[in-house]
Amino acid sequence: MIQIDRLFARFSLSMLMLSIVAGVTASFAYLFPATFNGILPFHQFRPIHASAALFWIITGAACCVSYFSKRRSATFMVIWMVSIVLIFISYFFNRYGGREYWEFPPLLNLPLLIGWLFFMAAFIRKFSEEAPVYTWMWTSGIIFFLLTFLEQNLYHVPWFRASFLREVTVQWKANGSMVGAWNQMINGLSVVLLMVIGNNKGPAISKKAYFLFFLGLFNLMFNWGHHIYNVPNNNWMRGVAYGVSMTEWIILILIIRDFRRTLDHGRKLRHLVVYRFISAAELWVFANLFLALLMSIPAINRHTHGTHITVAHAMGTTIGINTMLLLAAFGQMMDIDQIADRTKRWILFAIRLNNASLAVFWLSLILAGLLKGYLTVDHADAVFSEVMLKVRPFLEAFTASGLGVMIALGIIACIYLKNTGRISYEDD
Amino acid sequence: MILFLIYSILVYVYSDQHGQGSSPSGAAYAGWMVWQEHNCHACHQLYGLGGYMGPDLTNIAADEIKGKPAYLKVFIKYGSANMPDFHLSDLEADQLLAFLKWVNDSGHSAVAKESVHWSGTYIF
Repeated sequence: MIQIDRLFARFSLSMLMLSIVAGVTASFAYLFPATFNGILPFHQFRPIHASAALFWIITGAACCVSYFSKRRSATFMVIWMVSIVLIFISYFFNRYGGREYWEFPPLLNLPLLIGWLFFMAAFIRKFSEEAPVYTWMWTSGIIFFLLTFLEQNLYHVPWFRASFLREVTVQWKANGSMVGAWNQMINGLSVVLLMVIGNNKGPAISKKAYFLFFLGLFNLMFNWGHHIYNVPNNNWMRGVAYGVSMTEWIILILIIRDFRRTLDHGRKLRHLVVYRFISAAELWVFANLFLALLMSIPAINRHTHGTHITVAHAMGTTIGINTMLLLAAFGQMMDIDQIADRTKRWILFAIRLNNASLAVFWLSLILAGLLKGYLTVDHADAVFSEVMLKVRPFLEAFTASGLGVMIALGIIACIYLKNTGRISYEDD
Repeated sequence: MILFLIYSILVYVYSDQHGQGSSPSGAAYAGWMVWQEHNCHACHQLYGLGGYMGPDLTNIAADEIKGKPAYLKVFIKYGSANMPDFHLSDLEADQLLAFLKWVNDSGHSAVAKESVHWSGTYIF
């Protein structure tokens, strides 16, 4: 069992490595299509990058939740890893399913589904209503991942494909809520980490923690509509999503209100590598939440939808928040604060490099998106190739800073991969 | 959870109330499969959803110049400086055209300024 657990942790970290390497290569393929089209074109790199990133987040979350909850399923881990390997083999043979984020042949969804059911069975077996907030977060994340995964596959039912509007609405409803599902799992991990490193049970049992959990769950279920504001379906769908999204201002206000306390807390825990990851994530939560709130206002979404601002938000959250929190959780599992000082210094350097590179990366995408939005919405007769030419300098800055992100996360992933043997399981 | 399930069903039922109302023809459906099997969304968007390398194709079929079947078919069959040649057959290219025509009939991707309500939402 322990061999499979460690392999699962290594597998998750390998997905991170693959994701960053494929991502940077894809951005070069995007900038220089004439060079890459003959070898490996952008449309072949993108699925590798997107799937690796998606599976880094989900596999990493499942790995850490299994570890901290002590509810592990070897069957899940084996089926899950084999399915993902088959997915990348299908990409190698140019076999696609052509769905956003789920770009592999749909048949491979079956083993993923079976694997997840094993994980869910192992996890939910011991659920109690008096459980701390992180258990609620993990449970709701695991259940809603299953529900949205099934919803994502409803397009196999002919009725859903009889209308393009219905198909696109359901597809993005599922995608939007699924992000909320894995966020619940990862947020639960951050609560555990704050509890363990601060030696304080407060974050797991406070009223505020439960309030934020329910607010997150509410948004997971109903705020996905910003993906399809421009799809001409019923007005009430936009109204619900718009109204629900605006409740997230509460989170932003709480972050600002608690800023001083967070700073004091940070001073006490600053020496811990695990906390450095968490504090990096806190910064990106603030930035991306603010961006998400603006994008959730339809009148603003009109200029941002379909532009690089959407990518800024997606990558800002996956790299800045999800990846930082998962690396914090993996770090805690490996007891990374007890590692050699020299290695710790490398990790701290990599966190700083990642933050700086990600800031340039994020801002470049936002500026590219603003320009594209202005040119395509306010100058509808603009020629696409000319718009992209004007946007190009920002995408060059994005690619250059992507190299920084790749180096930073690559350093951390390599150190972690070397140290997975430090993860101790109770049956060790 | 119950609220989520009820809301989901409402969304499934009412997500096409103002739309095309017609199912895809056999050719359009086959074109949809071609679109997916060649991962077209990696570079192109429909309703602003998809990749960023190529243009949004939701209403390309309605474009007075680029939307002409003969013009569009050349791009689909042979690619361009940025788009690789997918070596599609004539039949597959025609099916893709039928798919894009069907998507175009479903509505407009761009939101007109007049559709923006004072509250910030859109009213279609």
